[in-house]
Amino acid sequence: MKIAVCIKRTPDSESRFKVASSATGIDETGLKFDVDDFAGYAVEAALQANEKGGGGETVVIALGPDNVQEVLRKAMSMGADRAIHLKADSLPSDGLAVAKALSAELKDQGFDLILFGKQAFDTSAGVVGTATAELLGLPCVTAVSKLDVSAGQGTARRDLEGAGEMVSFPLPAVVTIDEGVARPRYPSLKGIMAAKKKPLESKPAQLGDARVTVQKMELPPERAAGRIIGEGAAAVPELIRLLQTEAKVL
Amino acid sequence: MDDFFNIDSQLSEDELAVRDSVRRFVDERVMPIIGQAYVDGKFPKELIPEMAELGVFGANLPEEYGCAGLNNVAYGLIMQELERGDSGIRSFASVQGALAMYPIYAFGSEEQKRKWLPKMAAGEVIGCFGLTEPDYGSNPSGMITRAREQQDGSWILNGAKMWITNGSTAQIAVVWAKINDEQSDKGIRGFIVERGTPGFSSRDQKGKLSLRASDTSELVFQDVRLPKDAILPGSNGLKSPLMCLTQARYGISWGALGAAMACFEEALAYSKERIMFDRPIGGFQIQQVRLADMLTEIVKGQLVSLHLGRLKDAGTFTPQQVSLAKRNNVNIATDIAREARRLLGANGILAEYGAMRHMANLESVYTYEGTHDVHALILGQALTGLNAFK
Repeated sequence: MKIAVCIKRTPDSESRFKVASSATGIDETGLKFDVDDFAGYAVEAALQANEKGGGGETVVIALGPDNVQEVLRKAMSMGADRAIHLKADSLPSDGLAVAKALSAELKDQGFDLILFGKQAFDTSAGVVGTATAELLGLPCVTAVSKLDVSAGQGTARRDLEGAGEMVSFPLPAVVTIDEGVARPRYPSLKGIMAAKKKPLESKPAQLGDARVTVQKMELPPERAAGRIIGEGAAAVPELIRLLQTEAKVL
Repeated sequence: MDDFFNIDSQLSEDELAVRDSVRRFVDERVMPIIGQAYVDGKFPKELIPEMAELGVFGANLPEEYGCAGLNNVAYGLIMQELERGDSGIRSFASVQGALAMYPIYAFGSEEQKRKWLPKMAAGEVIGCFGLTEPDYGSNPSGMITRAREQQDGSWILNGAKMWITNGSTAQIAVVWAKINDEQSDKGIRGFIVERGTPGFSSRDQKGKLSLRASDTSELVFQDVRLPKDAILPGSNGLKSPLMCLTQARYGISWGALGAAMACFEEALAYSKERIMFDRPIGGFQIQQVRLADMLTEIVKGQLVSLHLGRLKDAGTFTPQQVSLAKRNNVNIATDIAREARRLLGANGILAEYGAMRHMANLESVYTYEGTHDVHALILGQALTGLNAFK
């Protein structure tokens, strides 16, 4: 099966973030970047689908400046066969502009399945996968936690609040992946060496117009310091009184 | 730990990728189980297939034998990360790669290499290295294990080896013995002895208070008949096993830093959380000096190992340089582990924390693969031209 996985380079989610001096993004100094968490699950889902199907091709695609090649290499060290870098000076914050560039690359390439992470950690927008499906005119299933594909047909599980939903769809299709599919594998040391020899094609991204722009980014306000009103059982009446009258939560 | 000296800027993209992959494996698979494995006195064998899948065994040997074909800096970083988990885990990989696979690669016939190396890289065959004997540790040239060639070309092996990491786990042992009536160390050769060969037995060494999550055994050879092709044809004299030890000691110089890094990270985190006299103990000058000293020695050690790795990749390093690095880095790691244990106060003696486990492990690392003192004599000889060994 020919599978495309569109991945994004995002900072490690456990980093401590600062707003950049431009006030429209984060300060990237000292941050560690990697394949976005959900995109990592998508790569794993693609590799497993092809392993189960006994072959095929897994192509990873990323859009952005040259530094996105790092995450493409990482995905190839996990086992993807080749990579396409859609070169752009920066990544627009308008997901539709990105989806236009991806769909221009993906259309007529004969992909049976196109995978995305359900959303990226840094923007939490979840737009690019669904917009790409729309532009390509393909069925789209979002936030999938279990995926099976064979013989032109796919089935997937979506975890809802307190319930599960099983869906089926014809291929080709676009699927966005949630955690729950198997954990992304460690790139093996042989895989890391092999990734250096795998093809990575770089070409200009045909971005759409960016009609949405970020005006300002701010961190949540710092929480005020707590107050200790006493210790032990004796403090309980006062605590309840304050929760009722001051915090107004009771 | 934070890369205070920006040493990562001196590593290639591949080297960083290798380090990060092994780091994640250690964080996810080793850290959660190692304290209990240590207390139980068991090497966690269930990790062997995963370590093989990752590709850590003989990772700097060529791809044509099923290995990863990494450079020596990447190999060193693997050792660092494994020992950040535990010296026993790193010892397992060191012995498999540098002491069992390397001699087959360096001194074995093409047939031996094809037969054993791919299976050893895949973790299907585990090896050990038999050089040290009960009465011959720092002076291996005095060994009494002997192999006698028979009329039909086979060998009869007699003797005993001690302090053998992986000794009870291994399916094959690379055993060093003097041949026939040779008295000098020029008569030492290597042999591959397979588990199950009549007369070959091993037993665990009991009562260890260090390297508890590691298999340490005694090997006994009683009239063990070995086929003609059990000998490593390229091995020739004591310098052959010493070449293996140079490989392993190089890895240890990196590994010890991993243990030191784990202790430092633990101590630093603890110093910010532990409240005493109404403030974090990290706010007291005495703990800040401790932490500053630890960090300084780690950074110095990292620069020594990295430079040594670059020399090794360039093919210009010397065994004496390896002695300096092993001696220094293990020594500072023992100090750092002890200081970390002290910073942790009473909690520092618990298996829940790593410091005391690392501290006890590092006493073995200080003593094996050339003791701290023996490496001083190697350096002394290099400096003065005078041999203090005899």
